[in-house]
Amino acid sequence: MDHPLPPDVGLMCRGLTKQYGNIEVLKSVNLSLRPGQVVGLIGENGAGKSTFNSIIAGVVRPTAGQMWIDGQEYAPHSPSDAIARGVALIHQEIRLLPGLSVAENIFLGRLPMRYGRVDRASMEEQTAVVLAALGVRATPRQPVQGLSMAVQQGIEIAKAILRKPRFVIFDEPTASLGETEAEQIFEQVRLLQQGGAGVIYVSHRLDEVQKIADHVMCLRDGSLVAEWDQMPVSKEQMINAMVGREFTFEHHAPNPSGHDVVLEVKGAGRGTVFDDISFELREGEILGFAGLVGSGRTDVVRAISGADRLDRGEIRVQGKPVSFRSPKGAIAAGIVMVPEDRKGLGLNLGRSVAENITLPWEGNLTRLGMIFPSTVDAVGKAQKERFDIRGRMDLPVGSMSGGNQQKVLLAKWLVENPKVFIVDEPTRGVDVGAKMAIYEIIRELAAAGMGVIVVSSELEEVLGLSHRVLVMSEGRQKGILSRDELTPERVMSLAVGD
Amino acid sequence: MTDIKKSVDGTGPGVAARIQAGLRLIPGPLLGLIIVCAVFSYLSPFFLTTRNLVNVFTQASEVGIMAAGAALVIIIGGIDLSVGAVLAVTLMFNAWLYRDFGVPFPLSCAAGLALGGFVGLINGLLSTYGRIQPFVATLATMSACSGIALYITNGGPVTGFPAYFSVLTKSRIAGIPVDLIILVTVFLIVAYWLRFRPTGRALYAIGGSEEVARLSGIDTQRVKVGVYVIAGLLAALAGLIYGSRLDAAHPTAGTADLLNVIAVVVIGGASLAGGSGGMLGTFIGLLIIGVLKNGMALINFSPNLQPVVIGVAIIIAVMLDRRSAKG
Repeated sequence: MDHPLPPDVGLMCRGLTKQYGNIEVLKSVNLSLRPGQVVGLIGENGAGKSTFNSIIAGVVRPTAGQMWIDGQEYAPHSPSDAIARGVALIHQEIRLLPGLSVAENIFLGRLPMRYGRVDRASMEEQTAVVLAALGVRATPRQPVQGLSMAVQQGIEIAKAILRKPRFVIFDEPTASLGETEAEQIFEQVRLLQQGGAGVIYVSHRLDEVQKIADHVMCLRDGSLVAEWDQMPVSKEQMINAMVGREFTFEHHAPNPSGHDVVLEVKGAGRGTVFDDISFELREGEILGFAGLVGSGRTDVVRAISGADRLDRGEIRVQGKPVSFRSPKGAIAAGIVMVPEDRKGLGLNLGRSVAENITLPWEGNLTRLGMIFPSTVDAVGKAQKERFDIRGRMDLPVGSMSGGNQQKVLLAKWLVENPKVFIVDEPTRGVDVGAKMAIYEIIRELAAAGMGVIVVSSELEEVLGLSHRVLVMSEGRQKGILSRDELTPERVMSLAVGD
Repeated sequence: MTDIKKSVDGTGPGVAARIQAGLRLIPGPLLGLIIVCAVFSYLSPFFLTTRNLVNVFTQASEVGIMAAGAALVIIIGGIDLSVGAVLAVTLMFNAWLYRDFGVPFPLSCAAGLALGGFVGLINGLLSTYGRIQPFVATLATMSACSGIALYITNGGPVTGFPAYFSVLTKSRIAGIPVDLIILVTVFLIVAYWLRFRPTGRALYAIGGSEEVARLSGIDTQRVKVGVYVIAGLLAALAGLIYGSRLDAAHPTAGTADLLNVIAVVVIGGASLAGGSGGMLGTFIGLLIIGVLKNGMALINFSPNLQPVVIGVAIIIAVMLDRRSAKG
């Protein structure tokens, strides 16, 4: 054996690898986690952090690699296996049942029994103890509904802690929390640490990692690219490791053709989600929206395109102020948005390709007040050729590949040319070939004089496509970078809220 | 025709695929109807007579007209439990205005229809802007309508419509009963709307995924309200036919029809999850229920056990439908 023997105490992973089909999403990652240690895990979206966590927590089984706990082999087949061995995963999304009480949520699935009925007294007592220890402000009998996100996250942690885990994985616990609320979570992590638990802490917020971790690992494209034992690590070091690759700007669009402003947004805001967003978009320009997941990028474009109500601010299209309360109004004003989740928001998977494509335009496609199946077919066929969609137009969209579905989604919104074209995550879950084709389409649209907004979590995509990039963090606009100022490091440092 | 053309264009599937596509054109419900008809024509010599077949239709016309509306509601992923009660309350309202207030009969009919549309409007508003699940909203209006139907005449029936009104359902045009003509006309108009008009076509998009439809620029709330209004209007129209046939208005008319109406739509291939179904399927579903009832009466099958057969038919239809949806 060329591997050293696993240590007597702690969790050790060696060579963890995960393949889906022939795509390697995790490439031979090692970890050793001692009791009382907090390992910070960083990396861009899609770097493999979630896969790594899922393997340790028994949700996903690795293609290759081994794990040990206290020197004993550890190969969980399910999350309950992992829990039995003392490994707990605290999910990013809160999964509490709103109608049940705090205590019932915490003991869900293993309610304490006494004389054949649920022992509420003991359940509530234990809950009260653990909540007090964690400093979570909730009472055991209270229903979860209506509690703040931070308290709910605290309840999730309490739930995990009651099982006395020896290793706890936090997957972006603060993603939906404000700063003061995040402090409570840190406190809870520290308590766990002092109790001798080993913690893996995943976060996009680098200052959190600096504050809390005593060991930092960085994943990129499924590989472990950097590790630091000595704290503190500077943000620059972390950002460089996360971004890493050399950027090739090969898919740049030519400079904007026109000078006229097609879209002007001034002081836009919605509730507490985002505020003070102002920018101009010129004819033929591609404006990128960058920022971490949850920074409000999607919320801004949804409000601009009428999907959500805009509470504050004004929108002008070609100098004329417009206001609308629905996507219908936005489409009439010349603004269309291709939503991010093509399965949930973009396409009706059970309907045919052609029917999906004509859906937004049926009011304009009538002859004698009627839509003829032949019209639907003809429009479908034209879009099929224009966007090089492969497959039969009369079959349900759900039967197509991801890349083709994405092309159908673009085709659906481009039956008539809008003035402003917004795409949210244009290439999520599509293969490289389709990706390039979609970039080509976006560039052509801009070259034809449309104003385009591209929202993406993939830094490379935003940087490669855009003339300018608007960076958001926590619902605020952190800056607009022009092409000469565009570097991955600058975007990242604005996005992480420097 | 267009379907066949589409399936052979372009990429050109093989012969087997073409036959398969051809088979797919025969809707599952139609197959069921053929089987049911075959069985009854074997069991009873009277089944396959013109007279009897006309009977099948005329017995089914009220349920059929209500089912057309109910199918629309089910396509958008909703449910309307109030149709039977709306039938009763609109008919009673109509008869009450005519008898107790001397309102000219055409006017009182119009008032009945308007009331049907109004109840539909309430159903629609409650289940969209009011954010009450349609099951609950229409359960409430069902309860209210049944109560009002009883209240306005203190539970008594109203008789004595104008002579021309009761003659209407007993007369024929070119040998075809008038109520059958009305039934088929309703189905044709609704089918046209669903297939050729943008708002009608939008129902499938809304039922498939309301958010997708909304983001595609469809005013989903307004369309949904409209659908409930249509369902209410059609229930009131069914009430008129009922009143004409019996020459009387009963406050409990139509209450037993609700389950039949939903059964017709479901046997016709619509899913309660929304997004599927149509007028052809619903019409076939109507015929299946009609033929089952008629045939069972012909062979003297116990009336008490007839609902059991209908129940079995619903289950078989849904299971067959699911199988074909997978393939």
